[in-house]
Amino acid sequence: MNAAQVVLPALWPALPEIILAVGVMVLILYGSFKGERSVEGVNVGALILLILALFTVVSQTGLKVTTLNGAFIVDGFSRVMKALVLIGSAAAILLSRDYFQRERIDRFEFPILIVLSTIGMMVMVSANDLIALYLGLELLSLSSYVIAAFHRDNLRSTEAGLKYFVLGALSSGMLLYGASLIYGFTGTVSFPGILSALNAGAGFGIVLGIVFVAAGVAFKMSAVPFHMWTPDVYEGSPTPVTAFFAAAPKIAAVAMTVRVFMGALPDVTAIWQQIFVFVAIASMTLGSFAAIGQRSIKRLMAYSSIGNVGYALIGLAAASEEGIRGVVIYMIIYLAMTLGAFAVILAMRRGGEMFETVDDLSGLSRTHPVMAFCLAAMMFSLAGIPPLAGFFAKFYVFAAAIKAGLVTLAVIGVVTSVIGAYYYLRIVKVMYFDEPVAPYERMAPGLRIVLALSSVVVILFWLLPAPLVGAAGAAARSLF
Amino acid sequence: MFGLGILSGLLIVPLCGAAFILTLGEETEAVRRNARWAALATTVITFLLSLVAWGRFDATTSSFQLVENHAWLTETIRFKLGVDGFSMPLILLTTFLMPFCIAASWNSIETRVKEYFVAFLILETTMIGVFCALDLVLFYLFFEAGLIPMFLIIGIWGGKRRIYASFKFFLYTLLGSVLMLLAIMAMYWQAGTTDIPTLLTTRFPVGMQTWLWLAFFASFAVKMPMWPVHTWLPDAHVEAPTAGSVILAGILLKMGGYGFIRISLPMFPDASLYFAPLVFALSVIAIIFTSLIAMMQTDIKKLIAYSSVAHMGFVTLGLFTLNEQGIQGALFLMISHGIVSGALFLCVGVVYDRMHTREIAAYGGLVKRMPLYAAAMMVFTMANVGLPGTSGFVGEFLAMMGAFKANPTVAFFSVFGIILSAGYALWLFARVIYGKLEKPNLQGILDLDLREKIIIAPLVALTIYYGVHPAPILDTFAPSTEALMQSMKAALSTTQTAAALPPVAR
Repeated sequence: MNAAQVVLPALWPALPEIILAVGVMVLILYGSFKGERSVEGVNVGALILLILALFTVVSQTGLKVTTLNGAFIVDGFSRVMKALVLIGSAAAILLSRDYFQRERIDRFEFPILIVLSTIGMMVMVSANDLIALYLGLELLSLSSYVIAAFHRDNLRSTEAGLKYFVLGALSSGMLLYGASLIYGFTGTVSFPGILSALNAGAGFGIVLGIVFVAAGVAFKMSAVPFHMWTPDVYEGSPTPVTAFFAAAPKIAAVAMTVRVFMGALPDVTAIWQQIFVFVAIASMTLGSFAAIGQRSIKRLMAYSSIGNVGYALIGLAAASEEGIRGVVIYMIIYLAMTLGAFAVILAMRRGGEMFETVDDLSGLSRTHPVMAFCLAAMMFSLAGIPPLAGFFAKFYVFAAAIKAGLVTLAVIGVVTSVIGAYYYLRIVKVMYFDEPVAPYERMAPGLRIVLALSSVVVILFWLLPAPLVGAAGAAARSLF
Repeated sequence: MFGLGILSGLLIVPLCGAAFILTLGEETEAVRRNARWAALATTVITFLLSLVAWGRFDATTSSFQLVENHAWLTETIRFKLGVDGFSMPLILLTTFLMPFCIAASWNSIETRVKEYFVAFLILETTMIGVFCALDLVLFYLFFEAGLIPMFLIIGIWGGKRRIYASFKFFLYTLLGSVLMLLAIMAMYWQAGTTDIPTLLTTRFPVGMQTWLWLAFFASFAVKMPMWPVHTWLPDAHVEAPTAGSVILAGILLKMGGYGFIRISLPMFPDASLYFAPLVFALSVIAIIFTSLIAMMQTDIKKLIAYSSVAHMGFVTLGLFTLNEQGIQGALFLMISHGIVSGALFLCVGVVYDRMHTREIAAYGGLVKRMPLYAAAMMVFTMANVGLPGTSGFVGEFLAMMGAFKANPTVAFFSVFGIILSAGYALWLFARVIYGKLEKPNLQGILDLDLREKIIIAPLVALTIYYGVHPAPILDTFAPSTEALMQSMKAALSTTQTAAALPPVAR
C-alpha cells in the first residue's frame, strides 16, 4: 500500500463536532486537575464551546456534503437542527447554574456530560447510515442516564436514572434489531444505499425492520405508546435536567426520525405513514387528556411534551416537503416555549425550597408580574392561540397534513389541541385568577436570560416570521 | 410613515397605549389615574384616526380601499389590510364603543387597573384587525387572538362564577374556530393563496364548498352565537364586568356576522344557498326559543344576553335570505344592536355600581329617584323591541322584508320574535323602572352623574338619529351588498346551468 492511497476523509464537515470533542477533553482534564474549584470555569468553558460550535455550524454554508465514507452528512436540515440542539444545550447549562449551586450538587461533570450528549445529538442529526446513527444515539443516551441520576443522594433522581437506563437500553435494542433486519434485507447500512435497494420493492423483513426502528425512535421521542418513562423521568430528575431532556434531546430525536424515514425510506411511505399517523394521534390524545389531572408542573410538562411530539409527527406523517418544513418550524418554536416555561419553573424557589405543583403558581401575576406574563405567553402559545408562536408551529404541520389529504388526522389534532388548551389555561387561571401566595426569590441571571430570549421569540414571532420560516423551508428542501 | 398606512395605525395606536400603561410602574392611586386617562386618550385617538380613515373612504364603490400589503409568512400569505363597505362601519362601531367602555370602567374597576386597560387596548387591536384583515390567516389570527384578553377580562374582573364562564367562553369559541383554521388551509392549497380579494373571485368545487362552509359555520355560529351553541354567551355576559359585556355584545358577536358576509356567502355561494334552510330553521328557533327564555330570567344581564341571541337570529336570518333587503337589514341590525345592546349593558352597569346586584327583583320604582336614567333606559328598551323611530326598527324590518321575499313561512314565525321581545323588554322595564319605590335601600339612589351622562347621551342620540335617518349606514353598505348580490347571482347561475345541462355536454 503506498502512501498516496491513505487519504484521510475530509474532516471539515464534522468541524463543530470535533471542536466539541476536543474541547470537552480539555475540560475533563481541567476539571480533574482542579477538582471542585473548577466548576465555574468548566461551565463557562462548556458554554463557550457550545457557542463556538454554533457559529461553526451556522457558517457551514455549503450545499450537501457527505464525508467519512458517506456515514456523515451536512446539509441544510442538519445545520438548522444542530443549531437548535446547541441552543438547547447552552440554555440547559444556563438554567442549571443557580439550581445546582443551591442544591449543593454543583459538580463539574454536569456541563461536560451536557457537551458529550450534544456531540451525540449532532452525530444523530448528521448520521447518514445506521451505524453512525446508533453511535450518536448511544453517546446521547449514556450521558442522559447519568445526568438523570445526577442528584445521586436523592432517591427520586437515582430512580429516574435507573428507569431511564433500563427502558432506554430496551429501546436501543429494538432500534438495533430493526436496523439489523434492514441491513439483512437490503445488504447495506447507508441511507442512500437502502433507498436504492428498496426501489426493487420491500419485503416482509423490511416491514418488520421499519416497525422496530419506528418503535425505537418513538421511545427516544417519547411518543405514545413508548412514552411511559417520560413522566417518571421528568419528575424525578433534577429540574434543569428535565428542562434539558424536554428540549435538546427531543429535537435531536425528532431530527433523527426525520433523517431515517425521509433519508432512507421516502419511497416506501405507504409502509410507515400509517405508523406515524397512529403515533401522532395517540400522542396528541394522551398528551392532552393525561395532563388534565396532573398537579406537578414537571409531570404536566412531560405530558405536554408527549403531546407536542404528536403534533410535530403530523408533519412527518404528511411525508412531504411542507410536512418537514412544519416539523422544523415546530421544533424551533417548541424549543423556545419549553425553555421559557422551565425558566419560570426553576424560579419557583422560596426559603431554599423548590416548589413544583401547579397550585404553587397561585397569584403569580401579582407577586411577579413579568414572570407570570411570560409564562402565560408560553402557555397560550403551547395551546396554539395566535398571535403567539405556537399557533404558527401548529399551522404549518396542520397545513401539510391537509395538503397530504390526512384530514382525519388534522381534525383529531385540532380537537385535541382544544382539549389540551384546558390545562394550559388552568395554569394561566392559577396565576391570574387565584389569590397570591408568598413571593418567590429573585430570579437568577441565567434564568432571566433564557426567559427573556424565549419570550421574545414566542411573543414577537408573528411580527417577523419570514426568516425562521425561510430557514425551515431551506432545511426541508435539502432533504428532497 | 414606515410604509404603513392608516389601518396599520389603527392597529398600532392601541398597542402603543397598552405598552405605555405597562411601563407605569407599581400600582398606586396616581398610577391608576394615569392608566385611566392614558387608556381614554388612546381610545379617543383611535376613534379620531378611524374618522380620518372614514373621511378617506369612498362609500360609492364596493372595492377594497386603504389597502396595505406587507410581506409576512410567505409570498402568498401576506399582511394585507383593507376596508370596504362591510367592514368600515364595523371598524367605526368598534372605535366608537371603546371610549365608552373605558369610561364605564372608570370607578367600577378598582383592582389591577393597569392590567385591565392593557387587556382592553389589546382587545381593541384584535377587533379592528378582524374587520380590516384581507388575508384569511391574518383574519384568523386576529379572530382568535381576541380570546386571550377577553378570557383575562372575564376571569380576573368578573363576578362569582367568573372562572367557569371564562373557561367556557374560551374553549367553546376555540373549538369552533379550529375547524375554520383547517378550512382556511384547504382553501390555501386549492387556490394557492389566502388573499381575500383573490378568493372572492375563486370558484371552489361545489362538493368542497359544502365542507368549507360547514367548517366556517362551526366557527361563526359559535361566535354569533346561534342556537344551540349559544350557551356560553349568557354565562360570559353575566360574569363579565360591564365594559366586557358591552364589547361582547357590541362587537365580538358581530364578528360572526361579519365572517358570514365576508367569507361564507361570497366564497361559497352554492353551499350558502344549499344550507340556507338550515340557517333559517336555527334562526327562527333562536328568535322564538331564546326570547321565551329571556322572559323567564331574573338577572337583568342574562335577560339582555338572551335577547342578544334572539337579535342575532334576525341577523343570520337576514343574511341568508340572499336578497338585498335581507342582507342590508342584517348589516344594519348588527350596527344598531352594537349600539343598543352596548348601551343597555352600560345602563345595567349604572345601577349595578350603585346597588351591586343585577336581580330584577331587587329594583322597582327607579323612575322616582332617577328620571334621567329612566328616560335613557326607555329609549334603549324601545330600540331593543324595534319600535319605529329607533334604530332597532330599521334593521329588523328590512331583515323580515327580505325573509318574506325568500320564505314567507320563516318570516311568519320570526314575527313572533318581535312580539316576544316586546314582552320581555317591556316587562323588564316595568319591573325595574316603574312600580312603587318600596325597597328601603333604593330610597337614597342617585340619578346619573356627569360621567354617566356623558357616556349615555351620545348613545341615546345615535339610537334615535339612526332610527329616523338610517341612510348614512345603509348607503355605506349598499355598494358592497350590490356587488355581493351580483357575484352570487353570477356564481349560482353558472352552477345551475351546469347542473341543468345533460351529462354528455359537461
